[in-house]
Amino acid sequence: MIERNRFLDVLTHLVLALGVAIVAFPLYVAFVASTHTNDAVVQAPMPLLPGGHMWDNYRTVLLGEHTGPGSHAPVGRMMLVSLISALTITLGKITISLLSAFAIVYFRFPLRKAVFWAVFITLMLPVEVRIAPTYKVVADLGMLDSYAGLTVPLIASATATFLFRQFFMTVPDELVEAARIDGAGPMRFFRDVLLPLSVTPMAALFVIQFIYGWNQYLWPLLVTTREEMYPIVIGIKRMISGGDAQTDWAMVMATAVLAMVPPALVVIGMQKWFVKGLVDTEK
Amino acid sequence: MAGISFRNIVKRYGKGPAAVQVIHGVNAEINSGEFIVIVGPSGCGKSTLLRMVAGLEEITGGEIAIGDRVVNEVEPADRDIAMVFQNYALYPHMSVFENMAYGLKIRKLPEAEIRQRVDKAASILELSHLLGRKPRQLSGGQRQRVAMGRAIVRQPQVFLFDEPLSNLDAKLRAQTRLEIQKLHRELGITSLFVTHDQVEAMTLAQRMIVMNAGVMEQFGTPEEVYARPATTYVASFIGSPPMNLLESAPGGRPGALLGVRPEHLDVASSGWQVQVETVELLGAERLVYGRLGGESLIVRLDEGRGAPAPGSTLLVAPRADRLHWFDAESGKRLPD
Repeated sequence: MIERNRFLDVLTHLVLALGVAIVAFPLYVAFVASTHTNDAVVQAPMPLLPGGHMWDNYRTVLLGEHTGPGSHAPVGRMMLVSLISALTITLGKITISLLSAFAIVYFRFPLRKAVFWAVFITLMLPVEVRIAPTYKVVADLGMLDSYAGLTVPLIASATATFLFRQFFMTVPDELVEAARIDGAGPMRFFRDVLLPLSVTPMAALFVIQFIYGWNQYLWPLLVTTREEMYPIVIGIKRMISGGDAQTDWAMVMATAVLAMVPPALVVIGMQKWFVKGLVDTEK
Repeated sequence: MAGISFRNIVKRYGKGPAAVQVIHGVNAEINSGEFIVIVGPSGCGKSTLLRMVAGLEEITGGEIAIGDRVVNEVEPADRDIAMVFQNYALYPHMSVFENMAYGLKIRKLPEAEIRQRVDKAASILELSHLLGRKPRQLSGGQRQRVAMGRAIVRQPQVFLFDEPLSNLDAKLRAQTRLEIQKLHRELGITSLFVTHDQVEAMTLAQRMIVMNAGVMEQFGTPEEVYARPATTYVASFIGSPPMNLLESAPGGRPGALLGVRPEHLDVASSGWQVQVETVELLGAERLVYGRLGGESLIVRLDEGRGAPAPGSTLLVAPRADRLHWFDAESGKRLPD
């Protein structure tokens, strides 16, 4: 029985609307700020309606023509770096953890339990904890300032392995047996049966890992020294000059808005796959 | 098409002193083209036996041969068998056609031949209009038929059925039973069918293996198993309602159980005095539950005769040629 109380309905909607407003308002302000000239933005109070400089600002920032005391790195290039490293990390993580989970669930080999626990223990080691030794190794291997250096140390994932392991354990044993009798070897089974069934967790992981990869700040900060290899999150920070010099806030906001767009697109685009996968799950 | 040989089959789980032995020395010869049912209660080892033939379980001791070939070390895919599972085990993301074609595709059969075999199996099983659908769009009965179609297209030497009817409702079960019988008549492929349902066993089997706790208690035709059960276990398992096994019936032998089926007790003017407790009216027949001396007894009566009232005494006489004697300790059949 659903309680129907007019007043509570209205109240609920009000609370939700308030929540959305609180979350969305800063985004709105950022967008508005990116459409004005810096002078208009710096005045108090800042105008709350979009101005007419949107295309100018965005074009300037993307091509790196902006002036001002902060960094002038072209945002277009930085977005490309972020995109490539986020995609590499995501696809790498999914591939590696699919194969690891497959091995752990479907094969019996010596030290299997030990391997499983070793992977589990790495969950206790976030990037920040292992950052000094990892930097040393990457530097010694000459991978600084490269895509390899940006992505390889982040490319294994215990969480993803677990997610897939749990998912594979829900695949009925009979399916494996039927495939065996049909003559499918392990890799064939993996390709023809397991992968198509794993589309939902893969989509979910893609979104999570892409956003994780896109938002990486600490590691790229250490590993890159050249402007051409900066991801966009570092770019934003560097555009904000500390000290007395005045930051060109309109440009910074434009960069920030640009930085938000790809993850948002990924989430929206992958929703279709989530839903499709949910509808499909009936064995 | 080939026969199957079980030679001293033993199955143990685990190693050393803590090992659990679940199958104790099964020996049987199955002829080519026979439909054999392995029947028994849950946990008796029947599925394990089937899976050893399939290659899904290791054979701890003894040999299994399909045709002339010992298959202990042969991979399931190379044994020339096909299996129908209790839960259908259809590939959820593939269409009905693809499900049936998968095994053939892996074996690199030419596309035209795959198409031909699938179409033929689909027409036998009345699935031709469903070839494009996915399993989730099918009913339980249809899914089971797809599972059978997948087995048929392989044209194997042996069909293995692992309780395929258990997930179907009663009506569908009866229908699918008939379809399986028809299929066997048409294709004549050696079949091993595992079930816990004695009705399925009696109706489908040319011969049946009755298993209990890892031991093969009897291997015979349905008539043999019904008319001359080898042990008390078989006697009470086959036949519904189960055979009456009496320790101290009038005219009984010491140390032996007297077995007589409820349908072989006739109302008589003199004989055993049965205290009637409950009567079940089943339409075509009546089941009288009562007590003879201290033991419970079931009598089956045809409809037509007036049903005895609870509390009354019913006089019944067993048919002299339908008595069975079993050793009270071992349960084995004694000479008549």
